[in-house]
Amino acid sequence: MADELERPEHRESEPHLPSPTIWPFAFAGAVALILLGLIVSLTITAIGVVLAVVFGFLWIRDVTRDLRAEPEPVEAPPPVVVEEEEEAVEPERYTRSKFLEASTLGLGAAIGGIVTVPVLGFAVLPAFVDQDYPDIDLGALDNYPEGDWVIATFTSVPEDGPVSRRTAFVRNNGLRNQVPSFTIISNRCVHLGCPTQPQGPPGEPAEVQTTAVPVTLTPTQPSGFGCPCHGGAYDIEGNRTAGPPVRALDRYEYLIVNGSLVLGNPYSVSHVDGQGADATIYRYGEAVDPGVHVDGPEQILYPYIP
Amino acid sequence: MARTKSKRRQQLGQLVNYPLDWLEERSGLVGAVKYFLFRRVPHDTNWFHTLGSATLTAFIVQTVTGVILAFYYKPSPNEAYDSIQMITNDLTLGWLVRGMHRWGASVFIILLFLHMGRVFLFGAYKYPRELNWLLGVLLLALAMLEGFTGYLLPWDETAYWATVVGINLNATAPFAGPFLSDFLRGGQEIGTNTLSIFYSMHMLLIPGALIGLITLHLYLVIRLGVTSPPWSEDAAGDERDEVVTAKRGLVEPRPRGNGAGIDVRGRPDA
Repeated sequence: MADELERPEHRESEPHLPSPTIWPFAFAGAVALILLGLIVSLTITAIGVVLAVVFGFLWIRDVTRDLRAEPEPVEAPPPVVVEEEEEAVEPERYTRSKFLEASTLGLGAAIGGIVTVPVLGFAVLPAFVDQDYPDIDLGALDNYPEGDWVIATFTSVPEDGPVSRRTAFVRNNGLRNQVPSFTIISNRCVHLGCPTQPQGPPGEPAEVQTTAVPVTLTPTQPSGFGCPCHGGAYDIEGNRTAGPPVRALDRYEYLIVNGSLVLGNPYSVSHVDGQGADATIYRYGEAVDPGVHVDGPEQILYPYIP
Repeated sequence: MARTKSKRRQQLGQLVNYPLDWLEERSGLVGAVKYFLFRRVPHDTNWFHTLGSATLTAFIVQTVTGVILAFYYKPSPNEAYDSIQMITNDLTLGWLVRGMHRWGASVFIILLFLHMGRVFLFGAYKYPRELNWLLGVLLLALAMLEGFTGYLLPWDETAYWATVVGINLNATAPFAGPFLSDFLRGGQEIGTNTLSIFYSMHMLLIPGALIGLITLHLYLVIRLGVTSPPWSEDAAGDERDEVVTAKRGLVEPRPRGNGAGIDVRGRPDA
């Protein structure tokens, strides 16, 4: 028993431990500096990058010291591969059984691929293609008195039922260049997607029949919007004033069709300057998920999604 | 006197053992189970070593109660909440099975962490058991995913908004985040597909992966044996190059197959 288990040659296969080094700690500190800089200032990030490169270099130098110091003659591995090649070269070694083995594996792989690819595609693709938002009729313009806020609650996809219920805050800004102007803010908090509430007393809800679905309109006089989940707070134009949200509240495009206000696609907003009809909206192409930065250095971490 | 009795007992024993022998001859299963149940372990294993089995038991409870709950649960947005209410309030003992599944989920996760802590503090993740630690980490991640996907299924306000927040948390991951969240929702917005996707992942995809990984996990436990506690006199960690025997705190190496011995460290005999 003992003889069987003694293996002197085993020693060579033991893992070779690199010499101890302090630089990983310094490197980690530099990485922390980079991350801190993303929040505080790009200058700190730059310093962090420089330090990370320097410390990383020192770390690698320390770790590879042994390797560089004594370049041991690398022992050629047992020529297993070479043998196989030799076998392959010899024509009589490529036997019928090998051919059958290869063709069985190849056929199996082909069948597996033919089955798997469409199944995987079906599992994943429907979530990404044919994405669009339906237009929603919010009722006649008369329901939106000029200068007042209205909470509009509607079912965005009637056949899906209550799960597609959405809420928008609508304010009629009056005419701008002889064209009606509206501010329509999505109630979805841009921190993590909870429903924000208007900070003000709600009035009496009224149901308005539109071409598609009933819309509930509730007048309100908010001083801003707040999210109950994690305390995000927004001003009356949807700009973040406090809490964890990373940008301003999303807004909706709108159309006026036959005297009715029609809701279009939502889009994300970095921030808004000014008020009401004269506001300058710093818009990001389309609606992105809550928690996603659309400006500042953080945005580079998020790909633009077509 | 004693002799006749023992002979009769022998015959009786043969009769009782006949089905087992029949099975053993045709499948080898009896021997396999015996090998699993009566394998050698260090003499100073203690109650901490039972945490793994406890976790497995919790998982089995989750599987059984989950399958039964699936008899009556309806994963559609308009019926899910009502079917859960029906299970809880109307079905005989439905409250019990749902309660077992609900609280068992927490028990499963807690036991996972305790088991993980035991393995860590006993140093049982070290050579040659690194792979089993990695499998365990995968199992932990999948168990957390089970918790995440299962939380939506009651389809009440808590479930809905917690899932909204959870999905949006995923969306903030660099690079992959937006794709992950779209996949989880089945589109840009939470809708009718979201519940089905979560249900399918919760009861088909992840449990399947869990069962497969648990099998591998157990295989490695049996193959590599159980570690002694760190305070054991038999601790094997510092004697890597010495002869491994059963008394050294590891499972005695056994020849397998045609005597082609593989010792406890998994190296083929030279």
